[in-house]
Amino acid sequence: MTTKQYDAIIVGGGHNGLVCAAYLARAGRKVLVLERRHVLGGAAVSEELHPGFHFSVCSYVVSLFRPRIIRDLDLARHGLEMLPLESSFTPLPDGRSLCRWPEWHRTRREIARFSKRDADVYPEFGMAMAKMAFFARELVDQPAPDPTSLKIKDLHRLLRLGNQMRSLGPDMMQLNMQLLTMSSSEFLDLWFESDVLKAPMSVSGIIGTFLGVRSPGTAYVLLHHYMGEIDGAFRSWGFVKGGTGQLSNAVASAARSFGAEIRADSPVERVLLHDGEAQGVVLENGDEIRAKIVVSGVDPRRTFLGMVGEDHLEDEFVTRLRRYKYRGSSGKVNLAVDRLPEFACRPNENGRAEHLRGDIAIAPSIEYLEKAYDEAKYGDFSRRPYINVVIPSVLDPSVAPPGKHIVSCFVQYAPYHIKEGAQYWPERREAFGDAVVDTLEEYCPGFKDSILYRQVLTPWDLEQEFGLTEGNIFHGELSPEQLLFQRPVSGWAHYRTPIRRLWMCGSGTHPGGGIMGAPGMLAAEAILGTRET
Amino acid sequence: MPIPSPFHARTSELCTGLRWKDWSGYHAVCSYGPCHEPEYIAFRHSAGLMDVTPLHKYDVSGPDATAFLSRLMVKNIAKLKVGQITYCCWCDEDGKLLDDGTVWRLDENDYRVTAAEPSLAWFQHNAHGFTVSIEDTTSRIAAVSIQGPNAREILKQVSDADMDGLRFFWLARTRIDGRAAIITRTGYTGDLGYEVWVDSEDAVPLWDALMSAGQPYGIMPTGLDALDVCRVEAGFIMNGVDYYSANHCIIENRKSTPYEAGLGWTVNLERDPFIGQQALRLEKEQGPVRHFVGLEIDWDEFERLHARYGLPPELCSSAWRDPKPIYSTRGRQVGQATSGAWSPMLKRSLALATVDGPWHEVGQELQIECTVEYVRHRIKATVSKKPFFDPPRKRSVIGAPA
Repeated sequence: MTTKQYDAIIVGGGHNGLVCAAYLARAGRKVLVLERRHVLGGAAVSEELHPGFHFSVCSYVVSLFRPRIIRDLDLARHGLEMLPLESSFTPLPDGRSLCRWPEWHRTRREIARFSKRDADVYPEFGMAMAKMAFFARELVDQPAPDPTSLKIKDLHRLLRLGNQMRSLGPDMMQLNMQLLTMSSSEFLDLWFESDVLKAPMSVSGIIGTFLGVRSPGTAYVLLHHYMGEIDGAFRSWGFVKGGTGQLSNAVASAARSFGAEIRADSPVERVLLHDGEAQGVVLENGDEIRAKIVVSGVDPRRTFLGMVGEDHLEDEFVTRLRRYKYRGSSGKVNLAVDRLPEFACRPNENGRAEHLRGDIAIAPSIEYLEKAYDEAKYGDFSRRPYINVVIPSVLDPSVAPPGKHIVSCFVQYAPYHIKEGAQYWPERREAFGDAVVDTLEEYCPGFKDSILYRQVLTPWDLEQEFGLTEGNIFHGELSPEQLLFQRPVSGWAHYRTPIRRLWMCGSGTHPGGGIMGAPGMLAAEAILGTRET
Repeated sequence: MPIPSPFHARTSELCTGLRWKDWSGYHAVCSYGPCHEPEYIAFRHSAGLMDVTPLHKYDVSGPDATAFLSRLMVKNIAKLKVGQITYCCWCDEDGKLLDDGTVWRLDENDYRVTAAEPSLAWFQHNAHGFTVSIEDTTSRIAAVSIQGPNAREILKQVSDADMDGLRFFWLARTRIDGRAAIITRTGYTGDLGYEVWVDSEDAVPLWDALMSAGQPYGIMPTGLDALDVCRVEAGFIMNGVDYYSANHCIIENRKSTPYEAGLGWTVNLERDPFIGQQALRLEKEQGPVRHFVGLEIDWDEFERLHARYGLPPELCSSAWRDPKPIYSTRGRQVGQATSGAWSPMLKRSLALATVDGPWHEVGQELQIECTVEYVRHRIKATVSKKPFFDPPRKRSVIGAPA
């Protein structure tokens, strides 16, 4: 046994673990963060995979990161800079295209080419969603209220939320019900008529879930994505300058400045238990490190079934853990290219391409998206998938050599459970990569020739390399039944676990995944509210 | 990025001050020179020519056009005669203002509606069950406003329409430079003035014809800044400044009814159902809580306040839009002034405000916030009759009893 005693050990140096560590250290606790990989950040990581090209390997845009964390931890001083995306571009195979801009009238004119009515409705839709997001934000910045609890505090919060909900008026109540129950495509049908607008909007409802745009429940996830904010402006997404890993590095730097100790290359094998109480961890190399509490930033399955062990848990809890859905559905293709991609439907002008300064959605129609899901349902990746393309080097030239670019492709569907079995993914990896590149080639002739380097990440790779169970990017699907007081398991949504002195702080807890930092922050606050440290 | 209007070839050449802004997605001139004052003077003393293409325009036609518009608008459009125009507003089901504009009856079943905001979706949404076609003609039609005492004479030079007989808020179909045009006796200056509507392709010839015919009459291209001063003098309310369309309001309190916005006179309650009728009926019975009023800011107090700091009175020559709180004489906040301007004609400092009842009666003494040397003060402001400036020429017809 080592003599050094910590107040808290954080398992996993992902962005939530680091945020939790920083808050605990800021409150004067002696904190140790243990990261399995050689780099910090978990899925919020940047790596120089090809000389001069700094890839945001997994997570590639930031929107939900809580501004309060940036203020509290003074992250600007620790090097965090964000560059807002400037547009949303949807190319169509028939040579037309739609680009949505921050300026209303410009967007209106773009949409009006497809439907004049939709052009007018678009801001109204944004308004309604902003109202809902304004309400939902309250939920994100606090622990989830539990309607099954009879604690005065929970009842009080539920009452307050109820009152707020009521003050939004009957229209908003109805909207809320629609969001909770409908599919994202059906929900958008209530507002819009043009496919070219609905398709790229509907995909927000399926990101990271094994559902299609026509599956009920996906409308809610749409809202989740509408809550993104930068500088208080809703619905804006941005790049982290230098790559997503710079966010993790900034949080790590802040944590260290408060005295936290952070070790990479230190995989944890299990949680050290004594009398049903966590007392520290055992590393894969056999070292034991003790602490008053252990906080797990890794997902619920790995935490409990991997590091704690079923023997130490009640059957009911284990059953519920097993039912908690991961079933990753997406992959990532990272490309280094020697020139700016050029879309046939909207050519670049003298090397300038305003429409490439935002996100690009290969989502030409609702039917296209649903067909992509059909293939996935039966255990195959989509031959023509939904691709969310961003070119971070356009806004942030520091991530690629001059004149060269990084093309980051988020790809759905790539189901973890392919029909051959997940472990056969390595054999299908390059075919999956080819499907993505071939799809892009259809929109950007000559694109293939510009590729200097390619990295293909399947859900299997996300699991093996980044520890994301079944390759789910959110530590469990963001479907309504797995959110709020039910995340990850009803009764254990407040960062505490059935194991005394073992806490959770990852995306598998409320309010969920995305580079949000809220689980880490809220977990730290919950911990500091007890006397366990 | 805003787009150029069909007049851009001419306006961009003349706009040497490079003062532009975005008006409904179009590049619009704030002032042609470095300062708008000469343009204001043209509006009031000779004639100003202004590109008003960005106004949203909808052509409504079909056998049910009259019934449809009567349902949509708070005013009974069935009473409008062919060739006549009316100013009115439209509301949502709760009787809250959505927008205001003009409705023209071009023919028995043909209308044109002008609006400050994109309204196609709202119109279409409510057209269910009516045999009517609605076309957004905003980009197809170019429009200029020619306002000022010489406007009529200038139009007489280019058109053979009976300008002397064209009454206030009526329209005439004519040809200018051989091309079809509609002249409406409308505007946003509260003065004698007209607006001329042509196909977009005919924009530049129209501009050239008016500028050359107007030369001897002192015509001058004018921008939005000059218009803004005129519209305050005229006491006209502005969507997005003095009230907000219910579509854009997150909270109920931001919304207004026509009665609150001083547009109660446009509401015809007793007739077939129209959108917002029930709510407006109730509002009329109970009386609005707030009122849109004109304020005249006391010059002597303004001057004295500056004198206390050893300063001459500092006047901003352009109109302002940053809201200022309004207080009762006992110091209770009773509303807000949402726009205002120094009137070079009247030599008065004017404001448009929304105040709670019963502080809205003409002659009521109130106080307005006024900042001098970074210190906030309150000075006297009196509720005044609108329009502040209302010349007889605005409605006059030549050769007919006034």
